[in-house]
Amino acid sequence: MENSLGSAPSLLEVRGISKSFGTVRALQEVDFTLRAGEIHALLGENGAGKSTLIKVVTGVFPRDAGVVRLAGEEVAPRSAKSALQAGIATVYQEVNLLPNLSVAQNLFLDRQPMRFGIVREGEMRRRAKALLTGFGLDIDVAAPLGNYSVAIQHVTAIARAVDLSARVLILDEPTASLDRHEVEILFGIMRQLARRGIGIVFVSHFLDQVYEISDRITVLRNGRLVGERETASLPRLELIRMMLGRELAETTSARAAAGEHRARGVCASFENYGKAGYVAPFNLELRHGEVVGLAGLLGSGRTETARLVFGAERADGGQARVEGAPVRLQSPRDGVRHGFGYCPEERKTEGIVAELSVRENIALALQAKRGLYRPLSRREQDEIARRYIKMLDIRPPDPERPVGLLSGGNQQKVLLARWLATSPRLLVLDEPTRGIDVGAHAEIIRLIRDLCDDGLSLLVISSELDEIVTYSDRVVVLRDRAHVEELAGGAIDVGNILAAIAADGAAVALEAHT
Amino acid sequence: MTALLPRRGLAQILALIVILAVDRVVSPQFFDLRLQDGRLFGSLIDVLNRGTPVALLSLGMVLVIATRGIDLSVGAVMAISGAIAASLADSHGLPVVLAEALGAGLVCGLWNGFLVAVLGMQPIVATLILMVAGRGIAQLITEGRIVTFTSPDLVWLGNGAILGVPVPVAIALGMLILTGAVVRGSALGLLIEATGGNARASELAGVGTRAMILSVYVWCGVCAALAGVIAAADIMGADANNAGLWLELDAILAVVIGGTSLFGGRFSLVLAVLGALIIQTMNTGILLSGYPPEFNLLVKAVVVLAVLLLQSPKLSGFAGVMARLRRTKP
Repeated sequence: MENSLGSAPSLLEVRGISKSFGTVRALQEVDFTLRAGEIHALLGENGAGKSTLIKVVTGVFPRDAGVVRLAGEEVAPRSAKSALQAGIATVYQEVNLLPNLSVAQNLFLDRQPMRFGIVREGEMRRRAKALLTGFGLDIDVAAPLGNYSVAIQHVTAIARAVDLSARVLILDEPTASLDRHEVEILFGIMRQLARRGIGIVFVSHFLDQVYEISDRITVLRNGRLVGERETASLPRLELIRMMLGRELAETTSARAAAGEHRARGVCASFENYGKAGYVAPFNLELRHGEVVGLAGLLGSGRTETARLVFGAERADGGQARVEGAPVRLQSPRDGVRHGFGYCPEERKTEGIVAELSVRENIALALQAKRGLYRPLSRREQDEIARRYIKMLDIRPPDPERPVGLLSGGNQQKVLLARWLATSPRLLVLDEPTRGIDVGAHAEIIRLIRDLCDDGLSLLVISSELDEIVTYSDRVVVLRDRAHVEELAGGAIDVGNILAAIAADGAAVALEAHT
Repeated sequence: MTALLPRRGLAQILALIVILAVDRVVSPQFFDLRLQDGRLFGSLIDVLNRGTPVALLSLGMVLVIATRGIDLSVGAVMAISGAIAASLADSHGLPVVLAEALGAGLVCGLWNGFLVAVLGMQPIVATLILMVAGRGIAQLITEGRIVTFTSPDLVWLGNGAILGVPVPVAIALGMLILTGAVVRGSALGLLIEATGGNARASELAGVGTRAMILSVYVWCGVCAALAGVIAAADIMGADANNAGLWLELDAILAVVIGGTSLFGGRFSLVLAVLGALIIQTMNTGILLSGYPPEFNLLVKAVVVLAVLLLQSPKLSGFAGVMARLRRTKP
């Protein structure tokens, strides 16, 4: 924000880009301009066309119409590699490097310094070291990349891209899995690169970060350009309006009075439930129509609790009850049979079956529950798919589209639909809003509330404490793989949750949240 | 039952038509049919008849491959069931012979399924064990000799006819309909495709993925055993060394030609059988043309390449047009 951008020459000019997948128009005559030395945020809801635009510009997808000019010259990369050669580098959310190779090997992959046909390991390490030092990173470059945090992997990917003489750097959700401190490091590097004249495209759904780092914002909606603004002169409300095309329903209205659910019956309960080396024995009671939030740092035992409750992991002690009756939860099948559902955090690897259609993905859990011999007819499947596509506003509304082609938020909705179709009594949601942008975010939170009003119990894990506070009737706080505190009613606020998490001196990483 | 019909088989059907046309050129009598002793004869019938073993194998194989597995042991299972059938044929009735032979296939399938689904072994290694051992077992059953038989019942299974249609062809057709009815009539098809597409996600959705995997190997074993019985009935004997030799590769080829990915997921029974017929149509054509059978292997490779190229998403032209046609269909 410190440099005057009005006069900066445009580095990357995208004009009139269109792209269709079958009958779905993913991009329609989109323009985008990136100036040298600026950090330009590319924003939009799920399915707005951000990823498609990036993939079209970098040649991963062929484009139907439009031109891309880099420093005034027309470029038409036909693959990510040729885009890189032209000077456009992309670093994706899931870093596309090789975790089993060393940091140095990753940096110099494909272009190792050679002598007599043999890789000069020493030379490569020296140069890798020097390169990373320039990014303020002092690490052992001979160690496998996978040993390092996602943040360092990101920086490595960026360093590699920049060293390959990238003039345009596209960062797709780079901060999604970073903690506050790591985000600061990344931002420092981004500012440094911008000062060197590199143009940076920053895709993120963290609006705070967008305001902190970007000079300019371009917003897409439903495959069309909504507008380009200077960050400093764009009020947040206006930005959200641009992204959603409607007023965002307020996300912080009061939840149902905490006492109300006390009167209702217990849906499921867990006594002394736990597994050695996984999560310490805990007591947990879930009432009908109640949302229980699980809060804690990454690795505190939140996901582990969720998996035990659902039956994805076997407990080695304790007693689970459903509607008061003792049950054994040995497998996901048991969980499903007792009316539980589980949306895992790892959507792609544990949630969707990418190749199958939206319809089949939605029908899957219900079919598994009904068993082999009571198949859902095609008509029933169509009807279920139609109902949930409408109810959850899944886009594009095509039940036959392979679910792998949908955006992250819509995939999440498909998973929700899969479980809702089984009419569950308890849904376990692990980070339901992760990687989903602000519009779908609010929608999913609204959905969570509606579901509870219908009597469904929810166990929700989220790193977003504001979110947990918004929808939870009770919050269980975890630390070091144990349940350490339970907050209810008026005691639920971000400060109290933080205090419970931090009680053991773990406060350092969290100060930024407060 | 509309799910039995190919939704995407244009490439395969075209390939079959082209090969049939070539066959017609090298052998002008190719499409001639005649009825003799209540059974149809002719090159086309020959294609169907000779194609039966691989067609039966591909019915099991396509399900195994849909779960992201593979079964290398089907050729050996054919040898085992053929040996059992030939050894029992002259001393027992047909029901006993069939029950024992198919039972052996079922046990073989259970074994493979146990290794893959319960012990979690890689399918290619797990079934390699039976591929090697199975032939040994078959040789033990025949005591190293070629066992011949004269039982008219079993001979009928290989050489008889029902309403003019050779019995093996009728059996293969029946198995196709039966498998289709079981797989698409129940939820098995969807659950198999889900298991192959993403086993972890399917399990978390409550799908009994182990049972799915176990059942497809069992069915594959039964299909292979049936193919073995028919092959033995055809030659009125069992040769443990050569029965079903390398046919596992033809079966895999048939499945791949039928458009089912080795990475699991979507499958089509009809197209797998069509793949088996494509292979056999080529074999027969080359035999009729008078070229030495060695050419068979080369030609097979070329045709496989052609079909796979047609299916390749990277080839825009024809494949692109097909994909668009498919997508725009409601």
